[in-house]
Amino acid sequence: MAALSFLDRQHTVAPAGYSRWLIPPAALAVHMCIGQVYATSVYKVSLINDFGASEKSIGYIFSLAIVMLGLSAAVFGKWVDLGGPRRAMFTSACCWGLGFLVAALGISSGQLWLVYLGYGVLGGIGLGIGYISPVSTLMKWFPDRPGLATGMAIMGFGGGAMIASPLSTSLLSHFGTATHPLKPDGTPNLTVSVFDADTVAKLFVTLGIVYFVVMMFGVFTVRVPAPGWHPVHWDPAQHKPKALQTAAHVSASNAIKTPQFWLLWVVLLCNVTAGIGILENAAPMIQDFFRNDDGSSELTSNAANVGLVAAGFVGLLSIFNMGGRFVWSTVSDLLGRKVNYVIYLGVGTALYFVLATVGSSSVAMFVAVCVVIISFYGGGFSTVPAYLRDLFGTFQVGAIHGRLLTAWSVAGVLGPLIVNGILDHAAEGKPCKSVVNAVTGATVKVCPVKDGKLQPGFLDAGDYRLAMLIMVGVLIVGFIANLLIRPVDARFHESGPIVDAVDAAH
Amino acid sequence: MSQSSANQTPRVIVSWAIVGIPLAYGFVQTLKNALHIFTG
Repeated sequence: MAALSFLDRQHTVAPAGYSRWLIPPAALAVHMCIGQVYATSVYKVSLINDFGASEKSIGYIFSLAIVMLGLSAAVFGKWVDLGGPRRAMFTSACCWGLGFLVAALGISSGQLWLVYLGYGVLGGIGLGIGYISPVSTLMKWFPDRPGLATGMAIMGFGGGAMIASPLSTSLLSHFGTATHPLKPDGTPNLTVSVFDADTVAKLFVTLGIVYFVVMMFGVFTVRVPAPGWHPVHWDPAQHKPKALQTAAHVSASNAIKTPQFWLLWVVLLCNVTAGIGILENAAPMIQDFFRNDDGSSELTSNAANVGLVAAGFVGLLSIFNMGGRFVWSTVSDLLGRKVNYVIYLGVGTALYFVLATVGSSSVAMFVAVCVVIISFYGGGFSTVPAYLRDLFGTFQVGAIHGRLLTAWSVAGVLGPLIVNGILDHAAEGKPCKSVVNAVTGATVKVCPVKDGKLQPGFLDAGDYRLAMLIMVGVLIVGFIANLLIRPVDARFHESGPIVDAVDAAH
Repeated sequence: MSQSSANQTPRVIVSWAIVGIPLAYGFVQTLKNALHIFTG
């Protein structure tokens, strides 16, 4: 189609003098839009209320999107490498934007399956293609600093949730009026806002349009370097490769036959699983760790502010998640990727052990340990593309990265399964409490599990210990897998001159 | 081959502003929220 000819590879090759510093903003434009997927908690309760659905049913929307992210990155990775970043970014923008619009239709018409289809499937495909679309291009523009380059883009994914969360809250308040559910004691729970279906649908339409426009900025800005291009101050002939850095190239089909790919898959799986273990339950976890026997909190003297402090902790984790993506990935250019993962997994193991054993002894120590673990979680995501490039070369690194991201999908299921399974089991053994309703004066019986959902106020630090110790074991597995990574055997290398997938079009 | 020509500087600045301003907005909002952990 002539109208879409701007997506053709020949139109994406950078002219002479094109600044490589235009590429990170193009990549960030895509990543900070798709990073919205981690800000779904803003409207989750509203969707539960509007559809009259269980928390699990609504939670599946997010899970489906993450599973589709991994699958589409794996399936379309080669297509992304062959077609170049502009076609991939455009496809991602269409899927992501359209996904919101289809989901909005589902919300306003009360059809939950349309939300699954729109946000979960279409949006999830947009997520997967968008996530990998700029990564290999960035590494080609920054052969001297691949960790810095991918860190900048993948930092945007962490930053996307930080933008979407307050933006969505403001938009919801602009489009409608919030109601607050009542707590068992009869007082309104001001930390939870519920909006009607029309308001949430308007939010989805707005986000779909805004994200499409911002991503199109990335589409029009991104370029691939001309064949043979390299930075003026960096001569590939003079470059001394670090340990594990190869000058050879491995195809995506061959990469998955190597032990290195599967060891790195395990490394990513373990690092993400451990991070999700904290991220998933951050707000209730800090409250449970610092609740006194009489029910008061060590976090604040004002009981009404406990929710705010917990939300502040979640915010702090978001900042370190984003910062870790940039800082650790940049540091990996100096230390080498393997050393970075030794730190993520080795120090992470020690820190998780501290959390499990003495985590509840000091709020400051608890917060400090958690933010460092989350920075490792973010760093694990942003360092892995450069690790792949070191091991397999740039030939089909986008496709290999896409296949590796299936580990993220598995971790997205495994992490919550471990933590929630153990916490649910611990809660089931706790007795119910009697709470006096401040409005009616009636005594209400509150049990630890209601409608399959864990109720706040029943767990303490000891109930988390087993989950934390399992995470220690998970991290040790990842640590060993990382240590076992050696250079890829030469029989997997491509023979003859390698023409980059995008360069092949010239 | 030059990797950055002077006439591209304004474009680079505008491009970084397009992504940097929303990121700064998100960062500041999250930081405000996070401060509750220190102020109680």
